[in-house]
Amino acid sequence: MVLVYSDDEKNMLELIAKAKDVSKELDEKATAVVFDTDDESLAKKYIMHGADRVFMVKTGLNTFKGEEYTDAMEKILEETNEEVVIVGSTKNGKELASRLAAKLDTGCVIDCINLYVKDGKLTTERVVYSGNAIAVERFNSKPAVVTIPPKVFDPLPEDESRAGEVIKKEVKVDRYPSRIVDVKEMKTGEVNVEDAEIIVSCGRGFKKKEDIQLVEELAKVLRGTTGCSRPIAADLKWLSEDHWIGLSGHKVKPKLYIAVGISGQIQHIAGMRDSDVVVAINKDPEALIFKSADYGIVGDLYEVLPKLTNAVKEKMS
Amino acid sequence: MNIVVCAKQVIDVSEIKVDPSTKKPVLQGVPLKISDIDKNAVEEAIRIKEKHGGKVTVLTVSSSDAKERVKELLAMGADEAVIVSAPENADYDVVSKLLAAAIKKIGDYDIVLGGEASIDLFSGQMGPRLAGLLGIPQITYARKVDAEKDKVVAERDVGDVVVTMESPYPVLITVTKEINEPRLPSLMQILASANKPINEWSMESLGVKELTPKMETVEVKGVSMERKNIVYQDDVDEAVEKLVDSLAKEGVLR
Repeated sequence: MVLVYSDDEKNMLELIAKAKDVSKELDEKATAVVFDTDDESLAKKYIMHGADRVFMVKTGLNTFKGEEYTDAMEKILEETNEEVVIVGSTKNGKELASRLAAKLDTGCVIDCINLYVKDGKLTTERVVYSGNAIAVERFNSKPAVVTIPPKVFDPLPEDESRAGEVIKKEVKVDRYPSRIVDVKEMKTGEVNVEDAEIIVSCGRGFKKKEDIQLVEELAKVLRGTTGCSRPIAADLKWLSEDHWIGLSGHKVKPKLYIAVGISGQIQHIAGMRDSDVVVAINKDPEALIFKSADYGIVGDLYEVLPKLTNAVKEKMS
Repeated sequence: MNIVVCAKQVIDVSEIKVDPSTKKPVLQGVPLKISDIDKNAVEEAIRIKEKHGGKVTVLTVSSSDAKERVKELLAMGADEAVIVSAPENADYDVVSKLLAAAIKKIGDYDIVLGGEASIDLFSGQMGPRLAGLLGIPQITYARKVDAEKDKVVAERDVGDVVVTMESPYPVLITVTKEINEPRLPSLMQILASANKPINEWSMESLGVKELTPKMETVEVKGVSMERKNIVYQDDVDEAVEKLVDSLAKEGVLR
C-alpha cells in the first residue's frame, strides 16, 4: 500500500496521482491521509482524484506539529504495513518525513523529481550539487519514505465515478514538551511566482530600489510577475521574500523567464532551470546566466529594459 | 548552556565543473569546506554561549580528513571539536546514527544545532532524523532563536507563515542562512584556537557496530541543460528587435 500525506491540498492531488502510478506497479492501493478535520468533502475530493482510500485521522491537535504528526504516521504505519510513504515536500512535510524515517529505521529521499519501480526496488531521482547533477538512488529498506515537491507531477482529472473508502481513525499521539506559540502570515499574498507563466526577475545589476520599476513595467506589459534573486530579497530587502527565486527561495517553471542584471549563480539557476524559455540581460558578456539562457542581450539594463518594454508593447498590440 | 553543533564538510558546489562530454559533474579535486549554513549554526551557538556561558562543541562525521576545516570553527569561538570517522558509503541513516551516538557520548547537552540543509545535497534530512533518534523536540528552519534560561523561543520560516515555537531543553534546532552573519575569526583568534582539543572518535569507540546503509546510489547522472544560447551583443536597438521577434516565434508573447 502507498500512503500519501501533504499539508498542501494542491500538492496532495499531485501526490495521489503519483501514488496511484506507483501502487499499480506494486499491485497495491493508494491511501490518502488527512489530519484533524471533519471536512468529508476533502476526503471525497481526494477520492475523485484517484485515492483508493482516505484515512481521516484525529490526533487531538488542531494544527501541524512535526513531532506529534510523525508519531501519528508511525502509529498508522504500524497498523497498516505500508510499502511506500509519499509526503509533500513542504517545509513541514520534509521535517515530518525525515523524523519518520528515523523512527521507522528506514531510508528517506527528500525532493524526488522522479519515482519508479525498477528491478523490484523503489527508485528515486533527485537534484543534487546545486542543480549540477541528478542522484539516482534505490531503497534497501521498507517502508520507503519520500517527499515530492509541488508541481513535479500532474494531478489526475477529477472523476466523480471513482469510488473509494473513507475510514475515520483516532490516534493517541505521544506529546512533546515543545509548543506553537504564534503563527503569523508572512506574505502579502499578492505575488505568487510559483504559479506565474511569465516572470521578469531582477538582481544585483540594479543600482537602487526605485529602478526595479523598470522590471515591473516590462512584467506588466507581458502580463507577468516580478521576481528577483537572493540579494534583492534577502540582503537589500527591496522586494519581499515571495519574489525570491532560487535554491532557498521559490522554485519556478514559467513559460518565459527573463533574468535582468542577474549573474546566474547556481543557487539562482536551481530555482528557475525548469523554465521553458529563458532570456538574460546582462552587461557582462561572461556572466554565467548566458549559459542557462536561450536568448541573451549583452548591454546596460538601463538602456535595454525601456527599449524592450516598448518593443514588446508594440508587438503585442 | 551546552551546545553541540553538527557541521558537515562538503565539496564547494560553486567550484564544480561539468564534464562537457558526459555532462556529469567532476567531483574529484573540488575543494572542501564547511557547509555554509552550518557556519550560521556555529555562529548562533557562539552567540548563545556569549549570553549564557557554557560550552560549544562542534561535531562532524566525515569519511575524509576534516581537521583543517574544523579548526576554522574553533577559531570562530567553538570550544572543542569531535570528528567521527565514517565509512565511505554512509547515507543519512548511517550518519545520523553516528551523530546520535557521539552526542550521547558527549553527554550533557541543552541544544543541538545545525544548518537547515547542507549545500551539497540540500535535503534537510539530518536535523529531524537526529531529533527523532534522540527523542527530543525539533525546531526546523529557524530564522530567529532566543535562548532563555529554561526555554528557547524560535521563529520557523515555513514559507507562507512564520511559526513561533517554544521548547524546553534539550531541543534540536536547524537554522536558515538569514539568521545571522557568521563571524570571520581574526588572526589572534586563529592562533589562540590552535590548542583547542580536537577529539577523533572511531565507530568502535562509540560502540556502534557495522551499519548498513538503507539507500543505495545507483548513479549520479548529468543534467542536460539544453539552451539555445543565442546572444545578441552589438547594437541595442537591433538586439531588442531580434529578441522580440524570437520570443514571438516561441509563442510566449500573447
